Amino acid sequence: MAVTWDVVKEGQELPALEKNPGVTQLVKYAAGSGDFNPLHHDYAFPQSKQIGSIIVHGRFKYASLGELVSNWLGHNGRIQKLSCQYRGMDTPNSPIRCKGVVKKKWEAGGQKLAELDIWTENGKGEKTTPGSATVIFR
Amino acid sequence: MAKEFEISDEMRAQIGKESPPWLHEVTTTSVRAFARGVGYTDPVYFDLDAAHKAGYRSLPAPPTYLGTPVFIPGRSSDTFSGPTEGQPAIKHGLPGLLDGGTETEYFDQICAGDTLVVVSKVAGLDVRESKSLGKMLITTNETTYTDQKTGKLVARQRGQAIFY
Repeated sequence: MAVTWDVVKEGQELPALEKNPGVTQLVKYAAGSGDFNPLHHDYAFPQSKQIGSIIVHGRFKYASLGELVSNWLGHNGRIQKLSCQYRGMDTPNSPIRCKGVVKKKWEAGGQKLAELDIWTENGKGEKTTPGSATVIFR
Repeated sequence: MAKEFEISDEMRAQIGKESPPWLHEVTTTSVRAFARGVGYTDPVYFDLDAAHKAGYRSLPAPPTYLGTPVFIPGRSSDTFSGPTEGQPAIKHGLPGLLDGGTETEYFDQICAGDTLVVVSKVAGLDVRESKSLGKMLITTNETTYTDQKTGKLVARQRGQAIFY
């Protein structure tokens, strides 16, 4: 169920979104986004060999955080701002858990707003992609 | 791994220079391709009826999708798909590249059918050091997305790239 402004509370958690992208999913993301950096699909690419694996696009995790917020918002508003930092690498076929919590809810200039802390966690529970989002409710 | 790296005057001279405009297209097919790439199951990003029912004029662009750059061989990057022609380039000679972070501000809803006029510039350069990667050059790029029909700024993105 999509959230509405009235039920949003500070400290509320967003329903987590669990991903576990394999190489095929990363190839689909490459095609959809236009990012064909071999680091995300070619194990023989020098940078992949140096790292020891291909890695998940940082932007895939960014877009997944967007999906987390979109699923929660359920088109009852729109994202005004979305940001994240790529702090840790994720490799294919490992869990990427997208999570979020409502940090602030307020009204300004007739707009109903909420700020969220969002992040991805790897299988060890480390936050590899911390970020934030601001949403405007309808 | 670079032990020493300094920002030259030539690199600094690139800061603030705007690229020539380049078009990004947002189409029903490109929205679906991006949404599939991320793994969405929400029908609003795939099914026009569902999108209309949710109040959109066509399939909405999923968060972080800002259209697909028009690809022209010889004028576009074969790797990243964006334009190469006339783009501000920092000649740093560092072979490694990682994404550092991304921030997008939206001023309006982007939907299939929109064509965006895209202009980017290098907003800043910084050198940092890490134990594992050595001296790193951090570039901050700022890109603006303007609706071709209305002339309205619809999004602005700032991104950090790490060269090492």
